[in-house]
Amino acid sequence: MSVSLSPAHGRPRRLPAGVARLLLAVLPALPTVCAIVATLVLFGAFLLAQGQPAADALGLIAKGAFGSSFAWQNTLLRAAPLMLTALCVALPAQVGLIVIGGEGALALGGLAAAVVPQCLPHATPWFVATPLMAIAGMLAGGLWISAVGAMRQWRGVNETISSLLMSYIAIAVFKFLVEGPLRDPASLNKPSTLPVPDAMTIGSLPGLDVHWGLFWGALACLGAWVLVRHSTLGFAMRVTGGNVRAARLVGLPVGGLALAACALGGASAGLAGMFEVAAVQGSANASLLSGYGYAGILVAFAARQNPFAVIVCALMVGGIEASGSLLQRRLDLPDAATLVLQGLLFANLLAWEALGPRLAAWRVKLQAAALEATSVSLERTHHV
Amino acid sequence: MTNRRNFLKGAGALALGSAFPFDLAFGAEPLTVGVIYVGSRGDYGYNQAQAQAAAVIKKLPNVKVVEEENVPETVAAQKSMEAMIEQDGATLIFATSFGYFDPHVLKMAAKYPKVRFAHCGGLWKSGNPANISSYFGYIDECQYLNGVVAGHASKTKKLGFVAAKPIPQVLRNINSFTLGAQSVDPSITTHVIFTGDWSMPVKEAEAANSLVDQGCDVLTCHVDGPKVVIETAEKRGAMSCGYHASQAALAPKGYLTGAEWDWATPYKLLVANAQTGKPQPNVLRGGLCEGFVKMSPYGAKVTPDARANADAVKAKMVAGNYVIFKGPMKDNKGGSAIAAGTGYAQTDIALESMNYLVAGVVGQI
Repeated sequence: MSVSLSPAHGRPRRLPAGVARLLLAVLPALPTVCAIVATLVLFGAFLLAQGQPAADALGLIAKGAFGSSFAWQNTLLRAAPLMLTALCVALPAQVGLIVIGGEGALALGGLAAAVVPQCLPHATPWFVATPLMAIAGMLAGGLWISAVGAMRQWRGVNETISSLLMSYIAIAVFKFLVEGPLRDPASLNKPSTLPVPDAMTIGSLPGLDVHWGLFWGALACLGAWVLVRHSTLGFAMRVTGGNVRAARLVGLPVGGLALAACALGGASAGLAGMFEVAAVQGSANASLLSGYGYAGILVAFAARQNPFAVIVCALMVGGIEASGSLLQRRLDLPDAATLVLQGLLFANLLAWEALGPRLAAWRVKLQAAALEATSVSLERTHHV
Repeated sequence: MTNRRNFLKGAGALALGSAFPFDLAFGAEPLTVGVIYVGSRGDYGYNQAQAQAAAVIKKLPNVKVVEEENVPETVAAQKSMEAMIEQDGATLIFATSFGYFDPHVLKMAAKYPKVRFAHCGGLWKSGNPANISSYFGYIDECQYLNGVVAGHASKTKKLGFVAAKPIPQVLRNINSFTLGAQSVDPSITTHVIFTGDWSMPVKEAEAANSLVDQGCDVLTCHVDGPKVVIETAEKRGAMSCGYHASQAALAPKGYLTGAEWDWATPYKLLVANAQTGKPQPNVLRGGLCEGFVKMSPYGAKVTPDARANADAVKAKMVAGNYVIFKGPMKDNKGGSAIAAGTGYAQTDIALESMNYLVAGVVGQI
């Protein structure tokens, strides 16, 4: 028996329903997968052109990011703050706002958290101090990014530009306070706030060399995912992001939703700052401004603003950073090689986004195939 | 590709390796040294000065060096040091950025008591882990000599200084530079612009241009990468004195001389101690006399007079009996900075909390 699969002969080929459903399920990940494969191929070619052993390098990337328990912890630790700063982009994106000022919210959140212990009696137990620090950090970050949302909503100021400029202002305020009124007089050559007392610092997750910021970062992403995908509020946000006129028409409080999304995003970045202060640096100082806020933009776009995918993408970027360390030490590659890899990844993610419309067409076809296959099998059962 | 056979072979080799310790049979194990930098190794500045020393110890017998640049002062610094220890077997780590010390070097030193951590900045104090060696140099001596040379070269009698932050180390350099120039001509002033951070290329260029516009004809700086300042000065036809490393190649016309670190001195000492098992010092400090700092060779625009003057002062510094900070000295607000009859030797701890600019400096903290 010969069956022609070519669409040129009569009926187009028919996919089995199961396969069609499977393809439907993985279809949204297709651009990301293509982007990652293309990135690795291009990066390999780049290394070959530089006369570097591409295969070894790609092997080292895998090894440095996920090759051992040490590598995993390295990756997880680097990913932790990125999950929170990525939410500062991904949440406002639900209402259609592109906010890129997470670095400033992180700085102010960290500063606010660092001030709290100074206002508390020294013997305050950690279970009181830590939540207060977290609240202070989230409030500072949340209010800062809310201001961006408010300017957009009521004054028509472009939120992308204003959030970036507000970030510069936040950093300037941060430096002014850390080097001026809030400076620990003992911090001579590295201006810092007074150190957080040991009893109020945050330790590691049990059995791991990774601080609690990872747990709360992942939890925040999951919470944001539930909010966005499975709540009325999240649905209203997405309607606003999809078509603001339609949202107004059906009576959604567009301004309030935008503010809420910005406040939650800013609060996440502020929380990241709080963890940097309480779990890593031990005080607020310029080391806090190390680009987590900007790396969060990359993570959020890579995740296509999906809070759940943020977790995966933060791990990916954390892994690239961890493996960049190994690439430098083993192959003597300059750090710029890691930047090339990150740049290629970002460019590819955006480029493969162009698959979008085609993807929609494929989805329709696959849905049709799935339906058709189902109906055909129903027909058959009927005839039998 | 890894298949089961290769895996078994590898596992077998591993088992054999641990059964017969080849390392012991083949004499001294090489010393693995890890070096982490906060910026790029080729920044013509702070990090390049450290990388030059790393390149020196790389050539020593039985030394293997692993390096990592652009390591921020976050958990990344801790993880990079840890990876050097765990993945590369490093037993001596140079953490070259000032900001790595607290909390990153302190934490790692407590976690790995058998590894020696060398930190640049001279911050170790008793109570800190004993396996930390803190090294630093009195580079204000070289900034003073920069000032002497600049004082001879300047026609407008206005010097420019692009500075990062008003912290004691930076103030000490600005003051030394000014005092050096004033030793040639007391009417010389130094105009200071603070950029606010260690690496701000755009602001550094703006500051350098603005200083030249104000009539400053010799520029120097204290930022991580002096490249921008020196290049801008050259482009504007001004002269310059370098900092951290030699920037002579960037300004063939206007480069007078420069204040350079000579980190190979502490690096070699720490490596030698590690190899011979000698006890390591916790604090390593030195100036021109100890070979921790040096001057760039004089450029073409340095007159014989200027050379003779600078060389004479340098000889006194090398002999160890030159006091830069001595009273009576006024600050630039008219108050007294150092009382008459008081002099601070380079090692004096009082100099490390300097919080004033000397008279003749135009600028505010």
